[in-house]
Amino acid sequence: MNEIASSGLLGTTTALRLSVRDLRVSFTDDAGSDVVDEVSFDVAAGEVLGLVGESGSGKTTVALALLGHARRGLTITSGRVLIDGRDLLSVSSRELRILRGSKVAYVPQDPGSALNPTLRVGTQLEEAMKAHPGAVADIESRIDELFEQVHLPTHTGILQRYPHQLSGGQQQRVMLAMAFSCRPGLIVMDEPTTGLDVTTQRHVLDTVRNLCSTYGVAAVYVSHDLAVVSELVSSVAIMYSGRIVELGRTERVFGEPVHPYTRGLLAAVPSPDRSEVLKGIEGQPPRPGHRPKGCNFAPRCQMRVAQCVEAPPLVSVSLRDVRCWRAGETASLGTVASEAIPVRDVSGATILDVANLSANYGRNEVLHNISFRVPADSCVAVVGESGSGKTTLARTIVGLHSNSTGNIEFGGATLASGMKHRTKEELRRIQYIFQSPYNSLNPRKTVGQIISQPLEHFFDFTRAERDDRISAALRDASLSDEFIYRHPHELSGGERQRVAIARALVVDPELLVCDEITSALDVSVQAAIVELLRRLQSERQLAMIFITHNLALVRSIAQSVVVLAEGTVVESGLVEDVLERPQHAYTMRLMADIPKTLAIRS
Amino acid sequence: MAISRTTTHDDSKVRLRRREWLHNLGRAARTPRGAVGLVMVTFVGLVAAIGPSVAPYSSTSFETVPFGQPSKSYLLGGDVLGRDVLSRVLDGGWQLLLMALAATIFGVAVGAIAGISAAYLKGAADGLIMRTVDVVLAFPQLVFALLLVSIIGPKVWIIVLAVGLSHAPQVARVLRSAALDISESDFVKVVELQGVSSTRVMTGEVLPNLVTPLMVEAGLRLTYSIVIMAGLSFLGFGIAPPAPNWGTMINENQVGLASNVWGVVAPVLLIVCLTIGTNIFTDAFTRVSLGIGRSERVDVLEAELGVEPL
Amino acid sequence: MRRVGLGLVTIVVVSMVIFWATEILPGNAAYAILGHSATKARLHALELQMGLNKGLFSQYWTWASRLITGNPGHSLANGDTVWSVVGPRLVNSAVLVVLAGVIGTILGIILGVYAALRKDKPFDDIFSVFSLAVTSLPEFVVGIILIILFATVVSHVLPAVSILPAGSYAWSEPRELILPVATLVLVIVPYLYRMMRAATVEALESEYVEMARLKGLSERRVVFIHALPNAIAPTIQVIGLNFLYLAGGIVIVENVFNYPGIGQGLVEAVSNRDIPTIQFIVVILATFYVFMNIVTDVVALLASPRRRLPR
Repeated sequence: MNEIASSGLLGTTTALRLSVRDLRVSFTDDAGSDVVDEVSFDVAAGEVLGLVGESGSGKTTVALALLGHARRGLTITSGRVLIDGRDLLSVSSRELRILRGSKVAYVPQDPGSALNPTLRVGTQLEEAMKAHPGAVADIESRIDELFEQVHLPTHTGILQRYPHQLSGGQQQRVMLAMAFSCRPGLIVMDEPTTGLDVTTQRHVLDTVRNLCSTYGVAAVYVSHDLAVVSELVSSVAIMYSGRIVELGRTERVFGEPVHPYTRGLLAAVPSPDRSEVLKGIEGQPPRPGHRPKGCNFAPRCQMRVAQCVEAPPLVSVSLRDVRCWRAGETASLGTVASEAIPVRDVSGATILDVANLSANYGRNEVLHNISFRVPADSCVAVVGESGSGKTTLARTIVGLHSNSTGNIEFGGATLASGMKHRTKEELRRIQYIFQSPYNSLNPRKTVGQIISQPLEHFFDFTRAERDDRISAALRDASLSDEFIYRHPHELSGGERQRVAIARALVVDPELLVCDEITSALDVSVQAAIVELLRRLQSERQLAMIFITHNLALVRSIAQSVVVLAEGTVVESGLVEDVLERPQHAYTMRLMADIPKTLAIRS
Repeated sequence: MAISRTTTHDDSKVRLRRREWLHNLGRAARTPRGAVGLVMVTFVGLVAAIGPSVAPYSSTSFETVPFGQPSKSYLLGGDVLGRDVLSRVLDGGWQLLLMALAATIFGVAVGAIAGISAAYLKGAADGLIMRTVDVVLAFPQLVFALLLVSIIGPKVWIIVLAVGLSHAPQVARVLRSAALDISESDFVKVVELQGVSSTRVMTGEVLPNLVTPLMVEAGLRLTYSIVIMAGLSFLGFGIAPPAPNWGTMINENQVGLASNVWGVVAPVLLIVCLTIGTNIFTDAFTRVSLGIGRSERVDVLEAELGVEPL
Repeated sequence: MRRVGLGLVTIVVVSMVIFWATEILPGNAAYAILGHSATKARLHALELQMGLNKGLFSQYWTWASRLITGNPGHSLANGDTVWSVVGPRLVNSAVLVVLAGVIGTILGIILGVYAALRKDKPFDDIFSVFSLAVTSLPEFVVGIILIILFATVVSHVLPAVSILPAGSYAWSEPRELILPVATLVLVIVPYLYRMMRAATVEALESEYVEMARLKGLSERRVVFIHALPNAIAPTIQVIGLNFLYLAGGIVIVENVFNYPGIGQGLVEAVSNRDIPTIQFIVVILATFYVFMNIVTDVVALLASPRRRLPR
């Protein structure tokens, strides 16, 4: 049923390093419930395949299955994983152990957790090679070689240190060195640049590309970040809810996506080059075990028809494989259209004026002399990497951090530093949304109680008036009334953030401070939330400070931007000016290091 | 807008608070462990409660030969002084149970207040409370209770007070760390950011989230109360004889083990049933409340030791 | 270093508390010695001699300074020096604690690791239930059960209680050690077992162990070099707590078996209102507690490179 013309797909005739056929992983105690199924693809030597999906797509499960491994509670029930012709899933466990590391290697997502905290880095690197005697002749010189290739300094005692003494970037480079050490034919990388800052990520990607072409290694690169993937991989497989929904060469899949989900995903990715409206995908992916009959994506699909209650097979359309009944029609849709955001005027009155703000933690000064202004009805993005001080800035403005000097003027009046010294009205007019949706809602309360609480504190409404406003706030956040009686643990991350937004907006603030509020969310959910905020902000004439590390996101929500590095403002101005014509070296480097998605939209 | 708006928020808040842990208790009782534990505890509870009314003889009168063998009229034989073992066993439980319950409630209340205050007040008050806790913790619980009882005398309220106080430090520690954890959460900061007073933050946001750790700790403490009180009686520091008491019975009948085991075995069996029962049920409750997904190590450490996982 | 300081302060505070507490015992020391028939004059004379009429603080000072120089005073029960009464008892109790502690620790670790490796198989399930049951029992019940099983009713293999007179040493009659040590071991093993099992399971399910397996390392290496060292760190706390628990447990267990240690000594002293002995024993216990806490903290620190060497 799933005949894939593999050599035609890749357009080359080089040997197939990896061949996956009908891979199925299901729950150990419920074999009928699959986590991934009907997964088939090939990768030739020297090629990199991207495995793209959001949370719940099953991409990590597939990645681990490529090494014959399944996490606790899961079992690989059927399928074949052929590495240079040998099926990993049918060898003995002793043989499997030999193959792991020498023929196929894994680079994990979080190097900090993947390294044993009680063993020295050198030991962990050496044991990878000692486990495969014969693979490496001289371990010491091999380590030197590897360090050079991953750009790690060789004589600074890294080998003697413990993992926690290395930075995230260094740890990940050690993992890369470990993976390539025995010269395997296939490398599986699971989101290896998560948590790294943009510049380090750029270095790691370059290193991966070089290593792959130098050794002629085939690679599978798992990621949720389409921009990163589009730069690195030659072909891509899009996964949704345990199935591959589209599979083909990167230019084709990203340039002219066929599957409705792929199209939806691409419409949700922000671009650093254009200010456009982000389109999210409403709803959530079904959890394993709760999947609908028929096409997994149908409940959320705009192009759903009656036939979709039957699971569509993978068919070859327009030089790629697609799992959709309507693939023939969507193939002619071409690139995903984008809608530009209308330019807004930001010369209005200033609502927040920050002048010479410096903040300390104990005796360390972490913010140095920051100044910028926020016009009354526009959004200012504050962009910086980790350690830049952007969260401290947000917390100081809002009053959570009081150890500061300088002047903050809000609506003409000076704000005291620290919330204890501010008036109730001042506290009401500035609202703050936290980064983690999992920590900002009281688990013991219902959504209704959570939103009602600030209303009760700031206003003197009757119960009926409160109820009205709660419903209105939920509506603004695109949530229905049935959420009123739910508890946080029943909600998804995106839904929780919407509740947080509703709670912030219900008291009619004039300034909204959003601190990395979408960092923990999937791309499609992030798009929906960002677009929601943009719309609300322009409708309600709300001023907003949007903190993020994602420069691309800035263009889809803010009119001006402030770039922060190591506690100082290095550049600020209108979004188009700063991003298209950066003046400061730091900003220029940042823009250069951002992965650019292929020209994916018209 | 199909949901009726007539439910008040306050109602549902209170209903929630009461329902949650009660609901968990019910869930715990339905697990295999929970059911077994509950049955054991109920059995002993019934014996202790109904016992005195069904005892065939007075528990203090001399009925038969010391360590007399079991017979038709004296089902479990005689104890060290010739009193009917069965009657003494039936009579000797309710005091222990009630006192253990009282000591637990007292100790948990004192400890909770201390721990939560320390977390809430912070600074000097926190330091003072925790240093006191450290000092008291430098004693084994039993020794502490022993000394208190010996100084003032084996009166009922002293024993309850002493055992209760010996629980307080551990409870304080556990609740303080739980309260601190919760205080650092974002949802608490959200409310603080509105300018709400510290007291209302405590009662509205923190306390409702402390109910579960409190219940778990209370269950553990109950088991220890029983153990320590039985131990005190065994050592001779419980209620004065001749009142029957399971702990004292074990002590006084120990010498006659060769002649009539029942003077020792009967109270032993009952104590065993009770302590294992409470422990198993508390374990079931802990698993249900803290969620099955969490690592067992975290459960064990936090629930039993009140220690931060390293 | 800070910990040692805090520990010393704790000991001092504890000793003050205990001193003050025992001094308010109704009926002062002199009265206890002379008994009911003492005349007022004789009471007064003895009080003067014992320094009981001086202020509480100066009494404390005298006592504490004598204590540190090795003179804890005289027992009120029989007039011997406290040291001669408590000394051999201390040794006997130490033997108990060390034996039970060492055996219990080794057993707990081995059983815990074994159960973790055989997780959810029969051994694990049975032993977990068994350990939960044993851990809920009061120590004296465990002791009595052992006596019933091995000494009186079911079999007569071991002596039921010790017939050693106070003042003699435990090793003169080794058979009498077996049941008390066994009782204490049974009391502490379940705790350690559960902790070790949980820590090992967590280590085995960690990402670094997963990574080690994905590198192709042998299962033996994964368990012993990767998993176990990480499982030991949290168990050290429990091992320390166990020793503390033993210190408290000997009070009961020694009484069950009539074993001549400080546990039995304490109970006797309390019954006799033998204040100097009480004070001395309590201070010993408190010192042991503080000492064990410090040792545990230090060892735990050493076992965790992350805390030992900050970035």
